[in-house]
Amino acid sequence: MRGILHIAYKLLVNDRPKYAALLVGITFAVFLMIEMTSLFAGILARSSATVVNIGASIWVMDPAIQTVANTIPLPDYVLDEVRSIPGVKYAVPLYSGSALLKLRDGTFQAANIIGLDDTSLFGRPTLLTGTIEDIYGENAFIAIKDSEFYKLQSPKIGAEFELNDHRGVIVGIAHVVSSGLFGVPTLYTTYNRALQYIPNTRFTISYLLVEPKSPADVAAIKQQVTKAGYLALTKDEFIAKIANFYKYQTGIGTNMLIMTVISFIIGLSISGQTFYTFVIENLEKFGALKAIGAKGRELIFMILFQASFVALTGYGIGVGLCTCIIWLARLYLPDYAAIVTFGNLWLAFVMVVVIAAISSYVGVRKVRKIEPFDIFRG
Amino acid sequence: MAKTAIEAQSLNKWFGEGDAKTHAVRDVSFEAYFGEVLYVVGPSGSGKTTMLSIISGILRPNSGSVKIEGTEIWSLSNDALADFRLHKIGFVFQDFHLFPRLTTAENVAIPLILQKREWNEALKEAETDLAIVGLKDRAQLPPVRLSGGEQQRVAIARAIVSRPDILILDEPTASLDGDTGRNIVKFVREHILTDQRCIVIVTHDSRIYEFADRIVKMEDGRLTGIERENVENLNAQ
Repeated sequence: MRGILHIAYKLLVNDRPKYAALLVGITFAVFLMIEMTSLFAGILARSSATVVNIGASIWVMDPAIQTVANTIPLPDYVLDEVRSIPGVKYAVPLYSGSALLKLRDGTFQAANIIGLDDTSLFGRPTLLTGTIEDIYGENAFIAIKDSEFYKLQSPKIGAEFELNDHRGVIVGIAHVVSSGLFGVPTLYTTYNRALQYIPNTRFTISYLLVEPKSPADVAAIKQQVTKAGYLALTKDEFIAKIANFYKYQTGIGTNMLIMTVISFIIGLSISGQTFYTFVIENLEKFGALKAIGAKGRELIFMILFQASFVALTGYGIGVGLCTCIIWLARLYLPDYAAIVTFGNLWLAFVMVVVIAAISSYVGVRKVRKIEPFDIFRG
Repeated sequence: MAKTAIEAQSLNKWFGEGDAKTHAVRDVSFEAYFGEVLYVVGPSGSGKTTMLSIISGILRPNSGSVKIEGTEIWSLSNDALADFRLHKIGFVFQDFHLFPRLTTAENVAIPLILQKREWNEALKEAETDLAIVGLKDRAQLPPVRLSGGEQQRVAIARAIVSRPDILILDEPTASLDGDTGRNIVKFVREHILTDQRCIVIVTHDSRIYEFADRIVKMEDGRLTGIERENVENLNAQ
């Protein structure tokens, strides 16, 4: 069988115009499919940045919450109620909101403000410069060095700004796992300072961060919180809820899906048509092979091998090209949201296999039908 | 006495049904012997290509039998028949049907590769056969770089590379000019024909009749006569 596949390989790659057209079709489709799904994966990952960065096991919130960015404040008594649930190791409040900063040169810049529980500082970022204790200092804020850091004019320790006529001072530069989705920088401070600096509604707690005594207590805690009229979600559930909101309620998911399907159709059209022409041009030769003594299944293997070879080569080039372009884009555009995940690669692979299967199906049908007698008959 | 290579008995083949039924081969019987060049001649539509396809195991007859070296080929399974063709019969097609994307040597090696022979070994053997047809120096060229006569010789090298007992040539001069066609058939007669090989040529080119041992004439699907009955000469060989 190796010899037959060697012939198939030579027939394919030596027909350079068609081989190139096939590769371009598959590569282009793979590139677009991975680019689209990677952008979407990047958006989804960034939409849950606060949840990932804070890292609490359980998040308690108003049931109407759709995303972590749109908070509905909780009354203070909920904190006491949650703390009294058996199985809760500890529960702390979190402030999450936005504010307009006035920078030293007079420009205004929107920013996310995260207020950590004053006592525990639960969810603190990893400091690159300064110490976490400095957050208790007067007017103290910690700036997050992410892709939006430059929008704060890349401050150093001691840099000052204004927030609702309050003076703010950068006392530390920190790092978090994930950048946010909305292109604004993030500042961390204490919960009470956040309430003091930013105008608030009657209720002030954005989320309650809960740590269970053991994983077995999670279900009971969720049940008790639900009885109280609120919603408790594990970290993964909250991330999934946010992702579902962006997928199904914003139109982003639908648009990405449409673009991915269009990419698939483009790839299928170019590759399918080119492969069909390739098979048709070689059809008499396949008939001659049949007359000489090749078995039908050997010819089918040849077609399947050619389709698989071109699909896998195009897939490899497409993945490489897409990865390079995303890498380059992130080099020059730090807030470019695209992540190549194994899920994206797998999806693109499945679609390429479908393209190869449909393309080769047409070829296989033709080759199965060709009769050696037709070769004699001319 | 010369050994019988092909024995065709009461062959019938028709296409279509009812009013559209066309009888392409009617009750044809003949024998071909080792060591002879047998021509099948007749006008277009006389059924000679259909008959050739039947005796070479490519087109199943509606009735009748074909024995090659004593084997009833139409009782074989499809796979066994394909294997039989691969090992026993060599084909030279009218339009050569060489792969333009393979080298000349690779084209010639195809039957050996189909026989699961190792690639390099098959190519080496193909080059030996290209030397027989005088094209050793063209081994690495694609067939499209060769003249019509050279392509025909490549097709002949491909047909003989697996050392088949039966060689089938379909209109070998149709795509060639007069002199080249004549030289090709002369070459086949002088260098490819052996006592252990039977060559069947379908043609309507009367200029090459001189190279035939016997000529089977067909018209309207029927065998109308056999000219130049020199089987006696064959028997004497």
